[in-house]
Amino acid sequence: MKILVAVKQVASRDSALKPAADGRWIDESDLTYEINEPDAYALESGLQLKEQHGGEVVVVAAGPARVSSSIREALAKGADRAIHIEQDGLDAWDSLSLARLLAAAARSESPDVVLTGLQSDDAGRGETGVMMAELLGMAHATIAMKIDVEGGVLKVKRELEGGWFQDLNLPMPALLAVQSGINKLRYATLMGIKKARTKEVKVMTAADLGVEAAPLAILERLALPVKKKQGEMIEGTPKEQAARLIEKLRFEARAI
Amino acid sequence: MPSFRGVDYLNIDLMLSEEELLVRQTARQFVDEEVAPVIKDCFNEGRFPSQLIRKMGELGFLGANLTGYGCAELSNVEYGLVMQEIERGDSGLRSFASVQGALVMYPIHTFGTDAQKEKWLPRLQSGDAVGCFGLTEPGFGSNPGGMTTTAKQDGAGWVLNGEKTWITNGTAADVAVVWARTDEGIRGFLVEKGMAGYTTSDIHGKLSMRASVTSSLMFSDCRIPGENVLPGAKGLKAALMCLSQARYGIGWGVVGAAMDCYEAARQYTIERKQFDNKPIASHQLVQAKLAWMVSEITKAQLLAMQCGRLKDMGKLEAAHISMLKGNNTAMALDVARTARDLLGANGITDDYPMMRHMANLESVKTYEGTDHIHTLVIGERVTGIPAYK
Ligand SMILES: Cc1cc2nc3c(=O)[nH]c(=O)nc-3n(C[C@H](O)[C@H](O)[C@H](O)COP(=O)(O)OP(=O)(O)OC[C@H]3O[C@@H](n4cnc5c(N)ncnc54)[C@H](O)[C@@H]3O)c2cc1C
Repeated sequence: MKILVAVKQVASRDSALKPAADGRWIDESDLTYEINEPDAYALESGLQLKEQHGGEVVVVAAGPARVSSSIREALAKGADRAIHIEQDGLDAWDSLSLARLLAAAARSESPDVVLTGLQSDDAGRGETGVMMAELLGMAHATIAMKIDVEGGVLKVKRELEGGWFQDLNLPMPALLAVQSGINKLRYATLMGIKKARTKEVKVMTAADLGVEAAPLAILERLALPVKKKQGEMIEGTPKEQAARLIEKLRFEARAI
Repeated sequence: MPSFRGVDYLNIDLMLSEEELLVRQTARQFVDEEVAPVIKDCFNEGRFPSQLIRKMGELGFLGANLTGYGCAELSNVEYGLVMQEIERGDSGLRSFASVQGALVMYPIHTFGTDAQKEKWLPRLQSGDAVGCFGLTEPGFGSNPGGMTTTAKQDGAGWVLNGEKTWITNGTAADVAVVWARTDEGIRGFLVEKGMAGYTTSDIHGKLSMRASVTSSLMFSDCRIPGENVLPGAKGLKAALMCLSQARYGIGWGVVGAAMDCYEAARQYTIERKQFDNKPIASHQLVQAKLAWMVSEITKAQLLAMQCGRLKDMGKLEAAHISMLKGNNTAMALDVARTARDLLGANGITDDYPMMRHMANLESVKTYEGTDHIHTLVIGERVTGIPAYK
């Protein structure tokens, strides 16, 4: 079974974030990076599927040169090889344009299963995986909690709202967007880290993949919410004041 | 438990490769997830967290800078980073890893026969077997060359008599690397658990290294087969070569203990308010202590890094290691004490790590060459005059 896992590199949790000078994305000068958390669970699911059913785990990651550290980590944990789609400025791209890059890389591998995280910890759009599935013409399921393979069919448990779950059977190939926390993440062992050195990382550009490196939409400006502190005096008799206050609390502040 | 974010005032991480950072990340994560939650109880109860041994083996922490036999084959900088993280957890756990890797696996790897290596190294690497290193005796600590434990050849085998003391992992060990005086000078032997005439007992009443096993080893007409002598381990020099490996790791390890103390104090002083509801960190005298600590830690990191790069080039000398071990251990003790000051009364409780690290570091200061001995090594190096006697 060939398993492809899409991994995004994001700023480490608890990073102090501030908008970059050009306002297009966050200031990256003092940041450290890590594998997007749901993607780490997708990778772990992929590695477990390989352990149970054999095959190969291929990691695909799109982003600038620094993304190589997350690729290395995935290889150290046990992925067999990787594709690095080297492209700057992706954080400002729309999801569909990014999904086209990832789907092109996935298509060249003809995987049986594509795993992505449910969403990314930075932009949090939660749509790239689904768009990839559409572009690849694959069945897909989101918020995957449990993944099994039986008789060539993917058996997936999905989380729904309000404590409900859904059990689905999907034909392969299929794409699953994986929920965080569904398994126990393994460590990259020191031996695994050394072994990662010998594994193949194919570096590709959008042009190599036959995709135009031009987004359909671009993030123009990112800004912190402006903090406004403004008092307002309510005039009138106490009765009128009370009525105005209740109105404001109900319809403006939505506090009652 | 929040994860440790590191202390890196001078962007020293820029000097580290992706691979080195990844190695540290694994060790850091292990300490945050597996050591931090249990270490306070282990220390208080005087118990070594033996459940972590196999996990450390699995992750590659044991004999991590050795080659073959399942070892991780780390560079020396990577090995140092692992020691730093483990000692951030506790000096006792780092002592275990140092003894296993630098004082047991290293001599077998360097001085042993192929049969000895094949018998012991894979099991010591995985944590299936534990080792200890017996050099110190009741009468000979700083001056191990005076040792009185003897080994006499008897047919094909050897007979050992004497006592070793202050031996880390002693009662837990499946194999002991023991140094004894023979007719041809000091030699190293492998004594196995259960061999006739070999007994061990734990040292009790320690107020330091409470999460580490420390023992005495007794040899009374202890017979060991000829195949258990380490053929290459001849002279005190061989024992000192092992100590150099361990001291190198200690020089990195203690930086981790200092980082843990400093970071706890930094966070505390920002949150704790006194006088007009101001954080104590807003006072210049408090800032002076924080600034001093982070400066000392940073210098110690640079010292460790340079020694690591030299070791990877094959150019690290014993006199360099003396500076690394001596300076960084003294630094860590001072940082632990200063960090404790800043927490006031809270600092003396086990809710914070300072007293545990401080107590542990007293042992680290003494073992593997006291501060005096390392000062004398540096003194000899710069004057050419030995002043030990
Ligand atoms: C927790 C712990 C674990 C240990 N683990 C091991 C182990 O696994 N294996 C092992 O073999 N040993 C081990 N040791 C022993 C350790 O290496 C010795 O304690 C150390 O070498 C010091 O020896 P000593 O305690 O006999 O002190 P001494 O040598 O008696 O020293 C006492 C004081 O005298 C000073 N002194 C001695 N000679 C001189 C001199 N020439 N000039 C100036 N000052 C001098 C010392 O600096 C020190 O301040 C361990 C010790 C501890 C505390």
